[in-house]
Amino acid sequence: MTGAAVMTSLLAAEVPYWASTIIKLGVVALVIPTAALMLGYVFLMKMMSFMQSRLGPMEAGPYGTLQLLADGLKFLQKEDIFPAKADRTVFALAPLVVLVSTFLIYVVIPTGPDAVVAQLDVGIFYALAVSSLSVVGILMAGWASANKYALMGGLRAAGQLIAYELPLVLAVMGVVIQAGTLDLQKIVTAQAEGEIFGWGGIGNPFILTQFVGFFIFLVAVQAETTQPPFDMPVAESEIVGGYQVEYTGFRFLFFFMGEFGTAFAFAALAAVLFLGGWALPWGDLEHWAFNIAGPVIMLVKVMAVSALIFWFRFTYPRLREDQLQRLAWKFLIPLSLVNIVVTGIFKVVL
Amino acid sequence: MIAEHVAFGIIAAVMVASALRVVTTRDIMHAALYLVIVLAGVASLFLLVGAEFTGITQILIYIGAVIVLFLFGIMLTRSDFDQDEETDHKRKFPAILTALLLLAVMVGALVDRFEDVRLDANPQTTAQVSDELFSQYIVPFEAVSVLLLAALIGAIVIARREEGG
Repeated sequence: MTGAAVMTSLLAAEVPYWASTIIKLGVVALVIPTAALMLGYVFLMKMMSFMQSRLGPMEAGPYGTLQLLADGLKFLQKEDIFPAKADRTVFALAPLVVLVSTFLIYVVIPTGPDAVVAQLDVGIFYALAVSSLSVVGILMAGWASANKYALMGGLRAAGQLIAYELPLVLAVMGVVIQAGTLDLQKIVTAQAEGEIFGWGGIGNPFILTQFVGFFIFLVAVQAETTQPPFDMPVAESEIVGGYQVEYTGFRFLFFFMGEFGTAFAFAALAAVLFLGGWALPWGDLEHWAFNIAGPVIMLVKVMAVSALIFWFRFTYPRLREDQLQRLAWKFLIPLSLVNIVVTGIFKVVL
Repeated sequence: MIAEHVAFGIIAAVMVASALRVVTTRDIMHAALYLVIVLAGVASLFLLVGAEFTGITQILIYIGAVIVLFLFGIMLTRSDFDQDEETDHKRKFPAILTALLLLAVMVGALVDRFEDVRLDANPQTTAQVSDELFSQYIVPFEAVSVLLLAALIGAIVIARREEGG
């Protein structure tokens, strides 16, 4: 059999619906910890260390590659501690809610013409909606810990996530107006088949026209994933870890995976929306080979966007709470509204 | 179709059970969290009849924003861990009466409007929703916008006055 035939028979819907659903969910369930491990090792451990003129972890595995795996195993062995006054059910469920929210974002991210769990007509709208569920989990953690630092962390997180949700959604609007669809798969094709003044050599990645949107999106993502300089909710020097303070062992691991998994998912969304996603501007987009090349192309773009996110993370000092709110409400939201109006005018005129 | 009926049955049962817990639980935080389950059930029912856009909006607005504001309010006002403050059920009977009246009105209106009409299960695309919203329903849409704007200005005025006074 030729490669094409193998791929077609693999991808054709010969497996029953329930089986394909289980396989897809299994893949997503594997992708999240892998993504968290990759980001954690490449950026949090190595890139930060190199920026600070040190080596970072070197002992576990070659160049310390197995460090996070070792850390993960260590977390699994730890005692599962509940604070005495904690609301046990809510306390136990909170990290799961955060992780489920992360899980649900991955469902719509396309990595090839067929390599996507679910192609939804409301694609990007769905992704932004389910990403907002994590706030509920964070508030549950902050409340159920029965600890004033956790409570303050929860409150800070809620205020921050509500404030930055708006620029996040509004920044995407420009792309949606230009592509004329909410479907992530169609946004990818629109960029691959686009042309710059009649020249289709590199397609038309929306970062060229929506660079303001890209900037706002990245800042909002930084705040949504509570990465420094927007890490007020977990500021360890003031509120000793915020809503995570009472969590140990695998429940803390869930928060860690949620944070880095979400950062990876948002980087993937940025790659799809602004950098052209899995597609290359030349070649047949329906070709089966894109199901194999697509994930690799996506990974390169996701790592590039993540590098930007983590570069900001290691470079800027933490914002104060009022600066944080002012940046969102008085700068990013008006800027994104202007961006939408300008995009709308160009859409009508051109 | 059978799968859809089964799904509807499960979702409805979960929703009714959670809705009962919202009003019977004595912990106000738990009440808010049970409400999340009820609202998620509403969203899944929308998805079940193919109204994708409405379903996702339900999640974004109600769970992502309204419930978060509820939780925010509860955490700001009842953060005293040492006192086991519990909600009372003093106004139980007026509440039951109101709920029954609302139920009667809703059932009456829905039966009167739909009678034997069966919804087609075809998914409704976002483009269809927006086309109808900005042509057929443009006047109500604009009216709602003005109403929301008025509420927004009202909130700012009230907040300003308290700050100044």
